[in-house]
Amino acid sequence: MFQNKFLYFKANLAFSLFFLFIISSTNLFADTELLKVNWKFQGITGKFDRSSLQRGYQVYNEVCSSCHSMRLLSYRNLGEKGGPEFSADQVKAIAATFEVTDGPDNQGEMFTRPGKPSDKFVLPYPNVQASTAANGGAYPPDMSVLVKARKGGANYIYSVLMGYDEPPQDFKLEEGVYYNKYMDGNKIKMSKPLLDGSVDYVDGTNATEDQMAKDVTVFLTWAADPHLEARHKTGVKVLIFLIILTGLVYLSMKRLWSRIDPEV
Amino acid sequence: MSDHTYTPSSKFGKWFNDRLPLLSLSAHFREYPTPKNLNYWWTFGAILTFCLVAQIATGIVLAMHYVAHADLAFDSIEHIMRDVNYGWLLRYLHSNGSSMFFLAVYVHIFRSLFYGSHKSPREIIWILGVLIYILMMATAFMGYVLPWGQMSFWAATVITNLFTAIPLIGESITTWFWGGYAVDNPTLNRFYSLHYLVPFLILGLVILHIWALHVPGNNNPTGIEIKQPSKGTIPFHPHITIKDLFALLVFLIIFLGFVFFSPDVLGHPDNYIPANPMVTPYHIVPEWYLLPFYAILRSVPDKLGGVVLLFASLLILLALPWLDRSKVRSAVFRPIYKQFFWLFVIDILVLGYMGAMPAEGTYLLIARIGTAYYFLHFLIILPFVSLVEKTDPLPASISEPVLTEKDKSDVSE
Ligand code: HEC
Ligand code: HEM
Repeated sequence: MFQNKFLYFKANLAFSLFFLFIISSTNLFADTELLKVNWKFQGITGKFDRSSLQRGYQVYNEVCSSCHSMRLLSYRNLGEKGGPEFSADQVKAIAATFEVTDGPDNQGEMFTRPGKPSDKFVLPYPNVQASTAANGGAYPPDMSVLVKARKGGANYIYSVLMGYDEPPQDFKLEEGVYYNKYMDGNKIKMSKPLLDGSVDYVDGTNATEDQMAKDVTVFLTWAADPHLEARHKTGVKVLIFLIILTGLVYLSMKRLWSRIDPEV
Repeated sequence: MSDHTYTPSSKFGKWFNDRLPLLSLSAHFREYPTPKNLNYWWTFGAILTFCLVAQIATGIVLAMHYVAHADLAFDSIEHIMRDVNYGWLLRYLHSNGSSMFFLAVYVHIFRSLFYGSHKSPREIIWILGVLIYILMMATAFMGYVLPWGQMSFWAATVITNLFTAIPLIGESITTWFWGGYAVDNPTLNRFYSLHYLVPFLILGLVILHIWALHVPGNNNPTGIEIKQPSKGTIPFHPHITIKDLFALLVFLIIFLGFVFFSPDVLGHPDNYIPANPMVTPYHIVPEWYLLPFYAILRSVPDKLGGVVLLFASLLILLALPWLDRSKVRSAVFRPIYKQFFWLFVIDILVLGYMGAMPAEGTYLLIARIGTAYYFLHFLIILPFVSLVEKTDPLPASISEPVLTEKDKSDVSE
């Protein structure tokens, strides 16, 4: 045929370049190398570590939740498949520890009652302004989709938590600002939230800083992407099916086309 | 093509077909004589048709759950992702689907450019294609605004602000466009309405596009005109249908690979932060498929100049069949054009890269050179090359190899 190999080569090259370009154009601004963890939820068959999720919730609840809201989550989510999978009774008990404002009642008054699984996570502050004011002018971002909202995702969150360090000699820090290797400009307005032993793990795991940082990051990853496990599981099935189907279609195509004489 | 000789075998079929010749139409599609020698670059038309239908189907279901209000849009997307059954799948299909749609359309367009499919007698097919492409960009842009994240809001602000560059009436047009004095809830509402409408306009244009295609029939890799039907053609069904299906399945494997295993890599993390008019993101970038044009837009220091160049870069495509005057269609037989084709591909990739970079220093300089080359390609190189180029001899038929292996090596020396 007239088609020479070189042309095909160039076409394929251009196509691959194009593809690389698409993927890399979203990753062009990688700055400081982040700490990399071999998360169990990565990869096409990745799943969350159930006990790590439960510990992560404990860290969030006992440490982070005093400043950071998670307004898109409900207590019932904690019992759902693919998440921390607390039992129905545990979820009820967890929800009941919170005081929820409800109403108005028949008299038109607002009242408080113990939380129910269907309630949204109780907010630490009534609004963004209040939480900014209470935190020295910095808003502690809502954590519902925080992992997806940062370049580097889980590795970034983990890096920030582990990134507190002594500032270099002539680095100027204002009042209430801390040095962090992985933040933009190396400054963060959150004091180091995790110290060894900050929580007393229910399951007896040793609460080192690193352990807690990992657990809470796993928890936040699930919170941002609660259907990750279902997505991976369905994905593997769908792709296996598609690959087999493609093979079969390829074979029938070859048979059909073999009856056509290309030279006529 | 339009002579319907088909007669249905059943009595009812005949009765129906005499009144509405749907059966003739379907017979036409089965028999449609297609060149035997089409390569896989020709399967992208079918892939695009699939993409359009898939975007409309997933979009309609998303619309059942989405709320177009500045205070609720972001949360309604999260509601879809979290609480709607398979909502995450729908949303990821739709968002990654738009990237795959553009990937396919770029292949399809460069296929036309390489094999000269835009030349006589296929100019109208090409023009309809360019209109489809422009509407696709508009649709994708408006769709990107709907989640009302930071990138949504700021992309909308940057792009709609371009209209203020229009002399005299710019400001009032932009206010009218926004439905207020800034991008806000009314803007979101009209974008939603248009985002729902335009895909159906595209669908209409696609029907015309294929209709126009079925008049002369497909071009082919040799670019020579063939009789329809003839020994060089085969019926569309089953030969092309199965080949298109195979290519579509391979395409789907890549597409669903993204959807299930890396659904957010093609998007921007900032769009998971709710829109905030008080905080400008560090870097405002459009989606990857608009980057080359974003680079062209920013390559001029003057706003109006940038807008004019942006529109010119799109409208110039409409004139392509008359800029490239070579009678030979396929680049296979055009040794000089072939080189410039690849240079043009590289130029677009470079522009795309610069579109993602800050518009300053060397980046800006390269973007300017890339922009200049873009117009040079269409306005000077194409007309000039088609005048002076000595093309290789064309084969007498699509199946006759023009050159023996020996001749070929002689030619390339
Ligand atoms: C005393 C209040 C407080 C507590 C407790 C707290 N944070 Fe923060 N956090 C903040 C504030 C304020 C900011 C905003 C910092 C800034 O913008 O510089 C912040 C920012 C962050 C960021 C965002 C960095 C970015 O890229 O914007 C992460 C991640 C984070 N916190 C994680 C945590 C985790 C995990 C915990 C619990 C282990 C926690 N925080 C506990 C106040 C707090
Ligand atoms: C929604 C988007 C589009 C759809 C669904 C679509 C569909 C198709 C189909 C089914 C074909 C026949 C198969 C093929 O040759 O690949 C075709 C041919 C063609 N398309 Fe498109 N198209 C789209 C966009 C475009 C665009 C944006 C352009 C150019 C700017 C374009 C230019 C052409 C040309 C020139 C042909 C004739 C090709 C030939 O036979 O060689 N199309 N299109």
